Amino acid sequence: MVNGACVRFSNCTFSYDGTPAVEDVTFAVDRGDFVAILGPNGSGKSTLLRLALGLLRPTSGDVLLFGRAPDRFRDWSRVGYVPQFVEEIRARFPATAEEIVSQGAYKGFDPGYVLRRGAGPAVLEAMKTAGVDHLRRRKISELSIGQQQRVLIARSLVRGPELLVLDEPVAGVDAGGQEHFFELIRRLNRERQITILMVSHDIGAVLRDATAVACINRRVVFHGPSHSITARELSTLYGIPVDVLIHDALHEHR
Amino acid sequence: MFDIFQYEFMVRAIIGGAVVGALAPALGLFLFLRRLSLIADTLSHVAFMGVAVGFATRVFPPFVALASTCTAAASIEYLRSRRLLPGDAALAVFLYTALAIAVVMISVASGFNRDLFGYLFGSVLTITATDLWLTLGLTVVTVSFVLLFFAELSQASLDPDLARTSGVHVDLVNLALAVLAGATITLSMRVVGVLLVGTLIVVPVIAALRVSAGLRQTLAVAIGVGVLSAVVGLIVAYYADIAPGGSICLTAVVVMLLAFATGWIRDRMAPAAVRK
Repeated sequence: MVNGACVRFSNCTFSYDGTPAVEDVTFAVDRGDFVAILGPNGSGKSTLLRLALGLLRPTSGDVLLFGRAPDRFRDWSRVGYVPQFVEEIRARFPATAEEIVSQGAYKGFDPGYVLRRGAGPAVLEAMKTAGVDHLRRRKISELSIGQQQRVLIARSLVRGPELLVLDEPVAGVDAGGQEHFFELIRRLNRERQITILMVSHDIGAVLRDATAVACINRRVVFHGPSHSITARELSTLYGIPVDVLIHDALHEHR
Repeated sequence: MFDIFQYEFMVRAIIGGAVVGALAPALGLFLFLRRLSLIADTLSHVAFMGVAVGFATRVFPPFVALASTCTAAASIEYLRSRRLLPGDAALAVFLYTALAIAVVMISVASGFNRDLFGYLFGSVLTITATDLWLTLGLTVVTVSFVLLFFAELSQASLDPDLARTSGVHVDLVNLALAVLAGATITLSMRVVGVLLVGTLIVVPVIAALRVSAGLRQTLAVAIGVGVLSAVVGLIVAYYADIAPGGSICLTAVVVMLLAFATGWIRDRMAPAAVRK
């Protein structure tokens, strides 16, 4: 599917003040894929997602989001985004879980929005899917990080996206919560055919769930089906031996 | 008993105070959530500069103040969003530049110190009918903006990037918010004075955040606290014969402390299961 790619990076470079954060990146996320981006801290993973979403513009090269330059892209209902957890913002934000998820229904200027109290069926459905419908009236600041991230997943699902972009969604979530979270993402990908583009540090979960992996260390170190990645490539990527970490998930041992 | 309402200046003061009491926290909520509370401080000093320039050049001071704050607010927002200066650095630069210009202007054209004093500490009792209409007009514009663009404002305050990927024009919303903050601060300055403007922007919001659940409720409670503080503060000032600006702000602080006490007691009374 050449035209069907949700996201396509072509020789994409982005520099902060002359220092490249990502360099000459070329790969595509096809429809139905579950693509995980792996890489050490500061390797440009988040920058890549921000380029894909048009939050940054490439210094050179191209990014296409559903075939269009992201900064010209208007059809945002096709895209859901779950950003990294930022505590200081959410700790002071007074909204209830339901209010946050309702934001996901945004379809442009709506003067009557402030008067509408109840949530629409799409909002309730999304909360049910993400398993947060019992938290509707709770303030997000009172929820655990894992619950907050699920609320944000629900928010991203309201408009029925084709592509879900997640930036380290389980950072700070406890082990049990992470497992739940990955299961939800897997289900969205397998059952609803939502394309997933996710940055993660959990190599084990990524190799189990993702269909393709892109290893980034400023440049693309590896890109291919997740089952074809080797422990050696992962070790090179992180600069430490990682075969212990991927014990269960990897078929190939050194 | 209500001899207070026999005086036309007192009626005008209470209407003006109540209107600003509603206006300041309505905008303040979103400034607070964006961690821009201190923009009130900077813009109030810019407004003060505008007043000083107005006196020195014999142009109606509130107009100069309004033009200055709106220009400064838009410039600060531009510098911040383009990352030309960190947000707090931009605020500091504008605050001290404005104050320095104000000091120079005052020294150039001496002889209006008594009037300037009114702007520093508020002069709600001398509010004129013209002031009142200006205030009412801008309040209608600002409150309408907050209500009509509530979805966009709440999205942009939670997470600008998330808002952008939802299709919100975050930069436009931010610019409008900054310019309206400039207008609001100019109007609040008339009521509580340059030095206390921040109080009405921030304190009712902090009080509301402690006792309300949900963004809409917080907005409503903050506006309520602002109006209540302005009206009660003015009545207290009248009978106790104290400075109205200070009285309004202290009333707001007392309401905030009551909100914290209420919140604390409510948390204590709640069963452990609800507290989680």
